[in-house]
Amino acid sequence: MSARRGTVGGHTYEFPTLVELMARATPLRSGDVLAGCAAESAAERVAAQGVLADLPLATFLEEQVVGYDEDDVTRLVLDTHDAAAFAPVASLTVGEFRDRLLAWAAAGDEASISALAPGLTPEMVAATSKLMRNADLVAVGRRTRVVTGLRSTIGLPGTLASRLQPNHPTDDPLGVTASIVDGLLQGSGDAVIGINPATDSPARTVALLELVDAVIERYGIPTQSCVLAHVTTTLRALEQGAPVDLVFQSVAGTQEANRGFGVTLDLLAEARAGALALGRGTVGDDVTYFETGQGSALSAGAHLGVGGRPVDQQTLEARAYGVARHFAPLLVNTVVGFIGPEYLYDGKQVLRAGLEDHFCGKLLGLPMGVDVCYTNHAEVDGDDTDSLMLLLGAAGCSFLIAVPGSDDVMLHYQSLSFTDVLTARQVLGLRPAPEFEAWLARMDLLDDAGRVRELAPDAPAARALLAAASA
Amino acid sequence: MSEALDRPLPPGDDPWTVLRAATRARVALGRAGDGLPTARELEFRAAHAAARDAVHQPLDPDAVRAALPGQELLEVHSAAPDRATYLQRPDLGRQLAEGTELPRTGADLAVVVADGLSPRAVHEHAAGLVTALLERLPGWRVAPLVLASQARVALGDAVGQALGARAVVVLIGERPGLSSADSLGAYLTWDPRPGRVDSERNCVSNVRPPHGLSYAQAADTVAALLGAARELGASGVALKDEGPALPAG
Repeated sequence: MSARRGTVGGHTYEFPTLVELMARATPLRSGDVLAGCAAESAAERVAAQGVLADLPLATFLEEQVVGYDEDDVTRLVLDTHDAAAFAPVASLTVGEFRDRLLAWAAAGDEASISALAPGLTPEMVAATSKLMRNADLVAVGRRTRVVTGLRSTIGLPGTLASRLQPNHPTDDPLGVTASIVDGLLQGSGDAVIGINPATDSPARTVALLELVDAVIERYGIPTQSCVLAHVTTTLRALEQGAPVDLVFQSVAGTQEANRGFGVTLDLLAEARAGALALGRGTVGDDVTYFETGQGSALSAGAHLGVGGRPVDQQTLEARAYGVARHFAPLLVNTVVGFIGPEYLYDGKQVLRAGLEDHFCGKLLGLPMGVDVCYTNHAEVDGDDTDSLMLLLGAAGCSFLIAVPGSDDVMLHYQSLSFTDVLTARQVLGLRPAPEFEAWLARMDLLDDAGRVRELAPDAPAARALLAAASA
Repeated sequence: MSEALDRPLPPGDDPWTVLRAATRARVALGRAGDGLPTARELEFRAAHAAARDAVHQPLDPDAVRAALPGQELLEVHSAAPDRATYLQRPDLGRQLAEGTELPRTGADLAVVVADGLSPRAVHEHAAGLVTALLERLPGWRVAPLVLASQARVALGDAVGQALGARAVVVLIGERPGLSSADSLGAYLTWDPRPGRVDSERNCVSNVRPPHGLSYAQAADTVAALLGAARELGASGVALKDEGPALPAG
């Protein structure tokens, strides 16, 4: 393969392989600078985007970013590629594909966009996103329909679900329960009540699973629980007969990075089969949950592609979705500001990455949510997360993560709050998952307009739920 | 928990107080429409502001020097020229600035005080921890203290090697959280040289009296780890029975 060339402003730039072309075409972010693969100037970036726009989509079926022989993610993606689903766009270039998606989105043609997923590869959607502005990512994301279910239905038009994240520094049962109650009273938890355990032990995981299961059973809440332990820990919990709704795992876009997480594709399949066999669903049987995030491969030193060249973090992120979609997930979310400013430096980079991740995940057929978050050493604050939250709501994001008062006292970072989710729903006219909304109504937590009430402490629902948190 | 679920809330208890008593998480904040009441919003901003200021406050060498009278103190900088570069390029924060010269001492131990992500933690706790640690190391030949700015933990490898020290302890400001902007961490590495990986270090974190570890507690642990590392000729996961290995991240 000879180098591809593009000219901007009278200067010609050369891109030796697809790896460099993808990286140079990526909007600026600190992680690509750190990896040494970012464009060296704004002109070089646009030159790369121009070359990418003229590239036939089908190129990505012939030419790899990460080698087929070395990497099981590449093999999984290419070996399961659905040529029939790809056929409607098989003759297009990347630029023509972007235009076609925008035309379908404008016409409200959700069926044409959503049917493509099995025919698209992570590299195709990553390349397309690099040619899109933020509003393009919102417009197409909004018209890409992915509906999943277990005990609630995720992704229906006009809905925005939330993960209630009741973390506690010592996994204290009462502390966790207090945060669960606080979230439920504010209408959160329809996607999942999902705890990051402070320690990854099977006994702790089983105890937390039983705790959340008891709350769900006691109040008849149409949602699911998850303890975000390592998949091997969840397998142990399954062996012990614990009430496992969802198998969770962090995944990344290269075999090497997944090895760093201690996971293989076989292990994920085994755990999924275990959870599926429990038959705990009522409206569906999607039993896996994955988290991802730009920069995870680089931070593990597992970001190299063909010829040992550094692959840009956004392409690697899309490849993680290529792993997740193989296991029929109920939920997938990117954690978009957690990893630090060396990967996404400021509010602009975080905002862009959140919209890219949502777009790429959705287009690949994933029930895509986002943990809109930041750490204290990034140039990000609550104004930035508000902006991303509202744009994601407009983009039809499946769910958002919410913690009490935006402050995760276990993981030490800031995510959205329960009230933030209420604001997004109200501003954008979105509603909770239907089963959960009906439960909120049964608990007398909704007013006549369908808003989550501000409760007085002596309201019956408040007293009933607060009883769970009293020692 | 099932017992708690079945027990009715005692009449007369303020249920919101019950919720707040159960966790340090920001529960039961109340609402203003679908947002937060002003007072709760400002509390959150104050906590974030303290954390932000802790990250961006410059290291003040004179203040550290004044708090450690009688200690010889050498100043070094990493290869990151400013805070913005430091935050985006951890690789530069692990290298000494070009042209840095340090005396070759052949000491048993080098102690590096590093700003890390919280210079404030250094200002508040470094002198106390250094003093407590040195008191516990009779018989150790300790190189002159090194004060490092725009530094990551692994800068200690380069400093320790340049000083010719057998071990290095890096006392470094940890990433500020909303409730802890001044936490200092101590990282021990035996036979320091560039290329050491995190699994070859031992860590004692959350040194910030009165809320976190006291200087005496932290110094006891670091001194014990140093003794064990000298026995073993190694640090890190090999020392796991004697002390906590570096946590992931």
